[in-house]
Amino acid sequence: MSGEEFVPLSLTPLLIGTFAAIACALPGNFLVLRKQALIGDAISHVVLPGIVVAFLLTGAISTWPMMLGAAGAAIVAVVLIEAIRRLGQIEPGAAMGVVFTTMFAAGVLLLEQTDTSTVHLDVEHALYGNLESLIWLDATGWGSLLDVEALAGLPPELSRIALTLVGVSVFTWLFWRPLKISTFDEGFARTIGIRTGALGMALVITAAIAAVAAFDAVGSIIVIAMFICPPAAARMLTNRLEAQIAWSIVFATASAVSGYVLAGYGPLWLGGSDAVSAAGMIATMSGLILAAAAMFGPCRARIGAHTSA
Amino acid sequence: MIWDALTLQLGYNATLVAIGATLLGVSAGVTGTFLFLRKRALVSDAISHATLPGVCLAFMVLVALGGDGRNLLGLLAGSAISAWVGLLCMNWLTRRTRLAEDAAIGAILSVFFGFGIVLLTIIQTMGVGRQAGLEGFLLGSTAGMLWADAMIIAIGGAATLLLVLILRRPMTLVAFDPEYAAARGLPIHRIDLAMMGLVMAVTVVGLKIVGLILIVALLIIPAVTARFWSERSEHVVLLAGLAGGLAGYIGAAISASAPNLPTGPIIVLVSFAFFVLSLFCAPKRGVLAAVLRHLRFQRRVHIRQGLLALAQGQKIYEPLTLRLLRRAGLVRPDGVATDTGKARAGKALRDEKRWEIVRGDQAHEATAALYDGMRDIETVMTHDQIAEIDRQIGGPQGVPA
Repeated sequence: MSGEEFVPLSLTPLLIGTFAAIACALPGNFLVLRKQALIGDAISHVVLPGIVVAFLLTGAISTWPMMLGAAGAAIVAVVLIEAIRRLGQIEPGAAMGVVFTTMFAAGVLLLEQTDTSTVHLDVEHALYGNLESLIWLDATGWGSLLDVEALAGLPPELSRIALTLVGVSVFTWLFWRPLKISTFDEGFARTIGIRTGALGMALVITAAIAAVAAFDAVGSIIVIAMFICPPAAARMLTNRLEAQIAWSIVFATASAVSGYVLAGYGPLWLGGSDAVSAAGMIATMSGLILAAAAMFGPCRARIGAHTSA
Repeated sequence: MIWDALTLQLGYNATLVAIGATLLGVSAGVTGTFLFLRKRALVSDAISHATLPGVCLAFMVLVALGGDGRNLLGLLAGSAISAWVGLLCMNWLTRRTRLAEDAAIGAILSVFFGFGIVLLTIIQTMGVGRQAGLEGFLLGSTAGMLWADAMIIAIGGAATLLLVLILRRPMTLVAFDPEYAAARGLPIHRIDLAMMGLVMAVTVVGLKIVGLILIVALLIIPAVTARFWSERSEHVVLLAGLAGGLAGYIGAAISASAPNLPTGPIIVLVSFAFFVLSLFCAPKRGVLAAVLRHLRFQRRVHIRQGLLALAQGQKIYEPLTLRLLRRAGLVRPDGVATDTGKARAGKALRDEKRWEIVRGDQAHEATAALYDGMRDIETVMTHDQIAEIDRQIGGPQGVPA
């Protein structure tokens, strides 16, 4: 495959997919360890009403209002879940189920009620995004990477997701020690003066930002898969958090790249003519990696449980 | 218009949908209750998303066999198989690896759904041109519901209800106390699996009406709603069935009464309305009841403290206490006790002294534990006991008049 073809058509979707995968996998490590893995699921469902409301208010498909709407919806959902949990004394899982399904239903209803025939806004798009369409038309080959004019034509999603990835990495790096301590031993974290409540909230917000940014580029199905599958697979390989995070980044990258390539070229190899959904394929690949890790990973069993190898 | 819809006067299709939605709501509510009581409500999310690959594969097989890919029975069979596979994978992940259940749920949900979407895009490029119906399974589509579809939903719902009826006792036992159930020799894992199998059946039956993303709501919300109204599991099950059925019926009616009102989301929103109503209005567990209870408690504390203050001749400055005492006719507007007020105050102080004796006496230990500063001593002791205590206290000892 030559640079003339690869750079404009495949380089940017690959990068965006990889960045989105890593940006979700990083906070996902902590969420999985804290048994909050389904936060990603809830967030990606409530994003829909958020963007629909933003669309209704602004009347146009523009990025920032929609990101704000999505973030707002995520915050509303977190507050509602907490309120229902406390007011109704309901277990967190059920409270979450009540809130995100209702908000998703409201989003679908709003979408049906408004005339969105002129714009590209529908449930399918929200679910599995459109990674394949994020192409770099101005590029002519590898040389374009040094060409300022062509670089200006990069899809804006790339810079947004790159920025998000940097933000998430900085958050993880800055709060590494408190995050690590409070994840494994919340009581001890409190005694040495870490404000665990605020830190937990910050983690959820970081995850929400990563989810919303990734959602904008690649749809919500990747978001859920990347929050959970790479960290879960990494969890089977090691008992050290540092190694787990490194592995999760490797797995996230591997699923993004292999998923994209398989989705784009796999059908051609099999004699088909059209590509399949890249987002779906990336999620599938991450699942295969998780399955392999769950079957062969050296640390797959719970400590104390005898391995039935 | 809405009245016509509620009385099933809006034509054949609307009637079919309303009946189907009601049956679905009842069976989802009843089944979901056990899931909720077992604290595994979100497992339904994984199960429902895991149906997608099965639907797509079934469609492909049906087309490959030369049939019409939209045969509902075939699609539902496919969805059931893949949901079952997803369920087994999830069970395996939680039991055999170190992953917690939430991570397993999320992994199964996203991977199966992602794979389903891959298959969906393959179908779109297969060029058979009849795939338009498949997206309907995401959010449900009731527009073209046939008599046969309604029959499948009715039979499936009835079968689920029957199975719940048979399995209700072991499922309740496992939900409340798995250790005890294990000690009794019940096969917990098999019962759990049966419970999930029922949830899967409801999900599959509901694909046509509400779609796989929103069926979770029908399983969770009615159960949570019903839990507000009762502390007895059999009542909760029945109430959940009622709430689910009503939501299905009203939701289907509303959605038939105007254009652009998709059935699934409307049913979910009606269900949520019931939930909010229960959250606020339920007796005992509702928010309103809790607020009233708090206010009543506050009033009792203030009146009690006010009476004690009156009895000891202290002046009351607290405005709420004054207002409450005045309204009860215990003090005059200038803050001086009325005759009833003096009598009640004297009684309050004497009761306090009686409690002091009770609490100082080892023999009354169990009774003393009931002391909370407000309980009337007559409600916990006999007249003879109180007389004995009064004998120990003796007569007035210089209490200010």
